[in-house]
Amino acid sequence: MDPLTPKDVDHIAQLAYIKLSEEESEDIRIQLTNILGHFSSLSTVNTDGVEATGHTTDSNTVMRKDEPRPPMDQEDVLKNAPDRDGEFIRVRPVME
Amino acid sequence: MTTHSTNSDLYFSTARELRAKLDAREISSVEATRTILDRIAALEPKLNTFITVTADRAIADAEIADQRLHGTGQEPTALTGVPIMLKDNFSTKDVETTAASNILKGYIPPYDGTVVRNLKDAGAVILGKGNLDEFAMGSSNETSAFGPVRNPWDTDRVPGGSSGGASAAVAAGECFIAFGSDTGGSIRQPASLCGVVGMKPTYGLVSRFGLLAFGSSLDQIGPLTRSVADCADALNIVTSHDPRDSTSVAAPFGDFAQDIDRGVEGMNIGVPKEYLVDGMESGVRAAFEASLKTLEDLGANISETSLPLTDHALAVYYIIAPSEASANLSRYDGVKYGLGSLDVSTSARSTEAARGEGFGEEVKRRIFLGTYALSAGYYDAYYKKAQQVRTLIRREFTDAFLKFDALVTPTSPGTAFKIGSKMDDPLQMYMNDVCTIPVNIAGLPAISIPGGMSEDLPVGIQFIGPQFGDTAVIRAAAAYESATAWHKNHPLI
Repeated sequence: MDPLTPKDVDHIAQLAYIKLSEEESEDIRIQLTNILGHFSSLSTVNTDGVEATGHTTDSNTVMRKDEPRPPMDQEDVLKNAPDRDGEFIRVRPVME
Repeated sequence: MTTHSTNSDLYFSTARELRAKLDAREISSVEATRTILDRIAALEPKLNTFITVTADRAIADAEIADQRLHGTGQEPTALTGVPIMLKDNFSTKDVETTAASNILKGYIPPYDGTVVRNLKDAGAVILGKGNLDEFAMGSSNETSAFGPVRNPWDTDRVPGGSSGGASAAVAAGECFIAFGSDTGGSIRQPASLCGVVGMKPTYGLVSRFGLLAFGSSLDQIGPLTRSVADCADALNIVTSHDPRDSTSVAAPFGDFAQDIDRGVEGMNIGVPKEYLVDGMESGVRAAFEASLKTLEDLGANISETSLPLTDHALAVYYIIAPSEASANLSRYDGVKYGLGSLDVSTSARSTEAARGEGFGEEVKRRIFLGTYALSAGYYDAYYKKAQQVRTLIRREFTDAFLKFDALVTPTSPGTAFKIGSKMDDPLQMYMNDVCTIPVNIAGLPAISIPGGMSEDLPVGIQFIGPQFGDTAVIRAAAAYESATAWHKNHPLI
């Protein structure tokens, strides 16, 4: 396969919401190219008409009864927030 | 190999031996727990197996267990009063849960996972939370944000991973049983490198609710123990149907210890030749071949077989597991918990900064790999292709189990390696799991047990069973264990 470009890595970083330093970006570019190249052997396996396996238990969508259950304690849940205001979690604005 | 004082007898007792002493009132659970807590305090500067020790909670658990063992109330279980460790990717209410990541430092879960609840209900004494590779991604325990765990057999070497704290603690006598998680070998490979028993049950037998998710279609919780019988007892406690895990299979489950005394006479056991990979250490190969001889002497029918798609398992795994990880780890956005930053202009910038700072190198590498494999234009070539080959690998196992009751392989191509020796080459590190990964891809049960020594380091052998054939692998492992003394070797530490 063709080596990944710095632009490819920037694109993945955006999709993954991860900020990398320039050095980290270059390391990941080289390592991903290497790993994906190694795994390109998969293309030699004939999979025409083969179904994909997602899970091995063959379970279908499991539904439960729509009954109310006690929720987790609000204070227990909120106490981990990096910043809060009373019973709200404070975040930065979504738009610039 | 051990010094013969009363304490070291206790450190290396099996859980069944401890329970017999508790029942006979030779020792109380509180006394046993205090002795183990002292052992932990003495060894932790060398081994670093625990991220959190919950000493006060453990003593309180042990006091309640002593009442249950000798009172008239609730029936005790096999684990009542037995000090255990939980890998630190199990959600534990009110006890910090980090997954060995900076992004979760200080996180106090508001709930117990189902396995944790099952163990508490059984009366087990929880000593604390075990060190691991960050988010269980690694084969050496070197990616932990809390520093590497050291192998008690040689503290310059790794304990394996990702359940490296668990395997080292069981080997060193810092707990009687540890519970880990296994996505591509994370219970079995460290069990092999530390000379203990480790089992990954059939996918779906143990609830994943409250296990911090890595690869959801591959992850399974299981025990690390000092005997096969303890492993079976532990499975009896942690397996349950759980409506909160939609992949949890329906109960009832049988007694996982039912066949431990049955022997292997007449069992058909296959040796898939592809597992004897190029680059396997000669000491591992020699120990494995001697193990085959032992099994034959015990009456098993051993024959070679072939699973040609094994060669593609590593590629399938390193596409599927990172893809699932990239989706699972998207929840760590630094908003509800974690490293949210308020010094940036927008919510998106805050998330990028938290994740860039909070995740370590290996976790980032896998998120990038998975994000790429799932991204527009590459999905069919990578993720879908890997899932199709996964189907073929499953079929290959299904066909093999028409002929065989179990398969036997080495657990890992090598013994414990030097700390730092493989960190610069991800592909070489990934090769550690070449014998364990196919099992997760197919959702099968497999156990690693001590199967020899090579240059004073433990070697593990692995039994693989058909889906829901957990008792078959336990049966074969127990027969081998009863005919050998490898499990009675303990490190001089």
